[in-house]
Amino acid sequence: MLYLYDGALDVPEILKEWYEQEAKSNYGAYIPFVGTVRSEDNIEGLSFDIYEPILNSWFEAWQKKAEAKGAVIKMAHSRGDVMLHESSYIAAVFSPKRRVALEFIDEFVEDFKASAPIWKYDLKGGKRVYALDRSTAINGSGLLS
Amino acid sequence: MVRVEFLGPIQKEPLELEITNLNELAKILQEDESMKEWLENSAVAVNDTLVSSRDVVLKDGDRVALLPPVCGG
Repeated sequence: MLYLYDGALDVPEILKEWYEQEAKSNYGAYIPFVGTVRSEDNIEGLSFDIYEPILNSWFEAWQKKAEAKGAVIKMAHSRGDVMLHESSYIAAVFSPKRRVALEFIDEFVEDFKASAPIWKYDLKGGKRVYALDRSTAINGSGLLS
Repeated sequence: MVRVEFLGPIQKEPLELEITNLNELAKILQEDESMKEWLENSAVAVNDTLVSSRDVVLKDGDRVALLPPVCGG
């Protein structure tokens, strides 16, 4: 399942909710990854734009890959502003055995960074500054250049 | 008409164009000075599916989106 929220994520609540959703599903492993906004370069926080139609289809493709391995993947992400030490991203994999979940979360988060249609901005002096230097061009970019 | 949308940080209003393929769109956008920096690093989606070739036939009502470099998380 994919969950989008306005503003920061309520990490304890989301992790608990996901835990409870799968508590009786007979998975042996629950591996969450939580991304937290760190203080660096004098930012006040981060801000995010999301293009949902393509994010949804990207996530569905990953859900199918997870299913093929007997696993389940869940992801939560923020829209808009998230301040220092708050969290904007949680991904988690549930699987019968730990090895699948550990490998899957790594692959999933890497592809998320490279492909998910989400744009990050630094919040500095009350302004939103696109974080181009930390962003990755999606595979196949430059088609119209 | 084909609607062209510019996502994320590209500060450009959507366009409604009479075009039939992505080569025509490329030509139009290449003449737009403000798009120069974005064309090289943006991916293209037609009706919300990413495409990897300009050989896509566009018809009335289709939507094209330009997706600049991403960074979720």
